[in-house]
Amino acid sequence: MTYPNLIPVLPELFMVFMIIVLLLVDAFTSEKQKGANLLLTMITLIGCFVLQKYVDHGVTELTFNNMFILDNLAMGTKMFTYLFSFVAVLYIKRYVSDKKFQSGEFYVIFLFSVLGMMVMISADNMLTLYVGLELFSLALYGLIALYRDNVRATEAAMKYFILGALASGILLYGISFVYGATGGHLQLEDVLRSMLTLGDANAGLMTFGLVFIVAGLVFKLGLVPFHMWVPDVYEGSPLAVATIIGSLTKIAAVVFVIRFLIGGLVLLNPAWSVMLLILACLSLFFGNVIAIAQTNIKRMLGYSTVAHMGFVALGLVTVSVDGVSATIFYVVTYSLTALAGFGILTMLSKGDFECQSLDDLKGLSKTHPVMAALIMLVMFSMAGIPPLVGFYAKFKILAALLAAGYVGVAVFAVIMSLIGAFYYIRVVKVMYFEEPVITLEVADVCIFSRSVLLVNVALLLIIGILPSALMMYCNALVSG
Amino acid sequence: MIGMTHYLVLSAILFALSVMGIFLNRKNVIVVLMSIELMLLAVNFNFVTFSSFLHNVAGQIFVFFTLTVAAAEAAIGLAILIILFRNLRSINVQDMDQLKG
Repeated sequence: MTYPNLIPVLPELFMVFMIIVLLLVDAFTSEKQKGANLLLTMITLIGCFVLQKYVDHGVTELTFNNMFILDNLAMGTKMFTYLFSFVAVLYIKRYVSDKKFQSGEFYVIFLFSVLGMMVMISADNMLTLYVGLELFSLALYGLIALYRDNVRATEAAMKYFILGALASGILLYGISFVYGATGGHLQLEDVLRSMLTLGDANAGLMTFGLVFIVAGLVFKLGLVPFHMWVPDVYEGSPLAVATIIGSLTKIAAVVFVIRFLIGGLVLLNPAWSVMLLILACLSLFFGNVIAIAQTNIKRMLGYSTVAHMGFVALGLVTVSVDGVSATIFYVVTYSLTALAGFGILTMLSKGDFECQSLDDLKGLSKTHPVMAALIMLVMFSMAGIPPLVGFYAKFKILAALLAAGYVGVAVFAVIMSLIGAFYYIRVVKVMYFEEPVITLEVADVCIFSRSVLLVNVALLLIIGILPSALMMYCNALVSG
Repeated sequence: MIGMTHYLVLSAILFALSVMGIFLNRKNVIVVLMSIELMLLAVNFNFVTFSSFLHNVAGQIFVFFTLTVAAAEAAIGLAILIILFRNLRSINVQDMDQLKG
């Protein structure tokens, strides 16, 4: 018997080990010593980051009978996810203790969802992809439902659960047809190879399966018409969980889609490109237009996510190296922007208060000028106003679209971004030109978290002015 | 003679029934959870059919994983249902109207 090579999975194994340690520590510490949970979570994320760097040999490694792949794409996106998870913990730790969450359970479930993201990113077999997806989403349902005295949070958890389970079922149904049509292959490379040899045989069955797979994937991204869960979950879940769902999960979701569509089913590209193109255009339209009518910031950011994911899908439609690396760049920088945005809202929610209505932000520039300035930068970046990073990310996607010959779609995307700019700028208007309704208090977060937030927002500006380094990195992830 | 198509059509019918159960159901959340289970079982049926006709065992292994995940999913779904009932005093789908989605 040969043992699998465990080196590529070291970070994940370390994480599982630390999750068990965290569970035990939580069971044996008193209420006063709950700081240990937080400390262990941070150590875990830093440890995983360091181990991930350590296992990087610059070559693609497969292990567990080719079920697990560690290529450049996985390496890069995992590093970003670990880093952003760590930053997210810094932003939400005060909120978690203020709102009296069971911190042990909260961080354990959070780490499980991060583990699920890692499996999704590194999966090379449809079975591992499915298991990773379920680990990730089941943990998230639980995370929302942890806020158990709150009606909205439980309702959001229920809706997310039902629609998420429906989407996984649809995805699985599609996988079963691909399995049948390729003559019994689940490994992504084998699927590709058998499609080359089969030619047009079973093409009908394959396309039938593809429709279901795309529907399932698009649900996870949150494109129209599978977006119903996004605004509800963003609005209903506590800000700490919205920070996690709204920012760092997006990277894993996009890599998941890339693995499926570009890794395994790339030969069906004319078919899925058209589907993604239509859904992306619908998302750009509905996401931006409905967001205008929202008075709840969390809900507004939910619709804005729908629109942003439309942009991400447009990058994938091109199937070119430029397009896909622009997509990775877009989702990484969007994740960074959303992290800052949700982080600020989380910090503005002191005690039992939850900063979520547009009215709460009225006159923020007079009471908290620094926070107002940070929110302004985040909103400008999301709207895509130069020199912030959102502009460059959108620009690269549009350039890839134009290079692939989709001129009309690019024009449509620009017009929709213009409409979208309205509601981002309205937030700025509310903060700077209206009188305060209530006095917001900043939660007493530690100086380290505050400086990380400042660096985070500063990065939006710095990457926006000097994007080439990150862009080249993303390019290397895709082409290497 | 019963061929592969018959099996596939049966699983397609089960799948369609479960999707309808989720969308047309206006009463009870438990029925929704049942529909979700039915959907996963329809998928399993599909996998076993292909596995048997292609003489390939991977599909049946996939079914084991799906069943395990379905069990975990049911556990989490029922747990969420319980806290929902504690907060709402109802498991009616129509009473879930705090968030207008």
